[in-house]
Amino acid sequence: MAKELWKGNEAVAEAAIRAGCRFFFGYPITPQNEIPEYFSRHLPEHGGCFLQAESEIAAINMTYGAAGSGVRVMTSSSSPGISLKQEGITYIAGAELPVVIVNMMRGGPGLGNIAPSQSDYFQATRGGGNGDYRTVVLAPSTIQEAADLTQEAFDIADVYRIPVLVLADGLIGQMMEAIEWRSPKPRSLPPKDWATDGSRGKRGHNVVNSLYIETEDCTALNRKLQQKHELITKNEIRYEEFMTRDAEVLFVSYGTTARVAHAAVLKLRKDGVKAGLFRPITLWPFPEAALRACAQQTNVKAVVTAEMSMGQMLDDVKIAVNGAKPVRFVGTGGGTIPTPAELMDEAQKAIEEVWNHGRRIPALQRAN
Amino acid sequence: MTHEIIISGFGGQGVMAMGKLLAEAGLKEGLNVSWLPSYGPEMRGGTANCSAVLSSEEIISPMVLEPTELIAMNKPSLLRFEPHMAGGGKVFVNSSIVDIPATRKDISAYYVPCLDIAAELGNTKTANMVMLGAYIKATNLLRQKTVREIVSRMFSGTKAALDSINLEALRRGAACVEGEA
Repeated sequence: MAKELWKGNEAVAEAAIRAGCRFFFGYPITPQNEIPEYFSRHLPEHGGCFLQAESEIAAINMTYGAAGSGVRVMTSSSSPGISLKQEGITYIAGAELPVVIVNMMRGGPGLGNIAPSQSDYFQATRGGGNGDYRTVVLAPSTIQEAADLTQEAFDIADVYRIPVLVLADGLIGQMMEAIEWRSPKPRSLPPKDWATDGSRGKRGHNVVNSLYIETEDCTALNRKLQQKHELITKNEIRYEEFMTRDAEVLFVSYGTTARVAHAAVLKLRKDGVKAGLFRPITLWPFPEAALRACAQQTNVKAVVTAEMSMGQMLDDVKIAVNGAKPVRFVGTGGGTIPTPAELMDEAQKAIEEVWNHGRRIPALQRAN
Repeated sequence: MTHEIIISGFGGQGVMAMGKLLAEAGLKEGLNVSWLPSYGPEMRGGTANCSAVLSSEEIISPMVLEPTELIAMNKPSLLRFEPHMAGGGKVFVNSSIVDIPATRKDISAYYVPCLDIAAELGNTKTANMVMLGAYIKATNLLRQKTVREIVSRMFSGTKAALDSINLEALRRGAACVEGEA
């Protein structure tokens, strides 16, 4: 199939329609406005419904309601708007409904700005809402991946009955790249026999709810969610490694920053520095074991986490590396995109640090 | 072969459209392409720019830090981006309204009075197409035929009347740099 030029936001909306999403509820915010715009034009062509709600809170609760009836439904926003949706997201997780949520992150905290950012990592992977819940978090770094992962997000949501978050940033939302439309690997999807779509007098009525007032019931739900999270962790982890086999400096980076890190790796290699990149694609579940194995290779001397935040994924990287190698951080907050040169600098510092440290140890041993 | 292009000007001058057109034409010729707009709180009359990358290689990072080519549709754009240009690069200056020359000795400058030419053609909004015609002629980056096809596709339906004037604008722009390339 011929490649087509697509803007990230529009590709995400088209991908959702191709995945069978027929309902979208949202409230405008830059830099993701082309998503609702595209839905508003094209959902009616497919017999679907686009609705611009009165607020983000209304939009997420409309999404909750539509998901409860068993249809494929999506909402999208950008950072401050996603904050407003957190109550709805924890309700959806508690009610075990399949929903896809897109966050085209922008600078924060507060209203911040409209420039690309990755500072909602904590909110996305830890949950901004209350209670012991998780959302699957998919982090595309190209428009092709944004289109592919958005389609697959609907399948993942349906298989596990869980909210799935597509976490990208303003740059991926705004830029255009050539993509090829392709369908995700077919999965067997469970019947939606829990949906409140009318019993027609043929069965008992279904209830969609996140209130479990009896402690035993709520504890049982928590156990069930825990098992589900374990199953997702077993089945759905995704990552990509680039030139890690002999890397001495290992970058860990996702989304837009991974592209900067990729460029930095190539430039460092030209300068004779063996650099590599580990790119998580699922941020939750985080590819903890894979990163640990990668960082534990004897060739890896130091790990450098690069993010468009002041250090959030850094926590997960440290948990994964578990002290096996020194972990450094390079990043920027508030909507600035780091340059390959900044990442290369940090890699050089990491090597120097290891080198200096390595020299000190024999000196100390001699003193003893 | 990698062309990293920054196109910059006032909002309303059609800088975004120029970048998109280059990306579409590049894609049609089998190149890898990316297009990235600046999308700050821009408004008509404010400044806007976009980056386009056309390459025979995989495009790793879409951010253009050292443009190989700069299209400066206004003076602030020339002042802002000329210092960042890669050595040996080409700058295209809208000399109808930019009253200063490019200063770098290690780049080639093309002065295109694109707004005056567009006015002669009877539609000042085609100034961007005049500039694009000059750009394509001077860089030899794309076949003129491909660009004309993309222009005709962009100006179809209710905009079809603009097709012929845009094609003429491209020709006039190319004529500006004839012999210079």
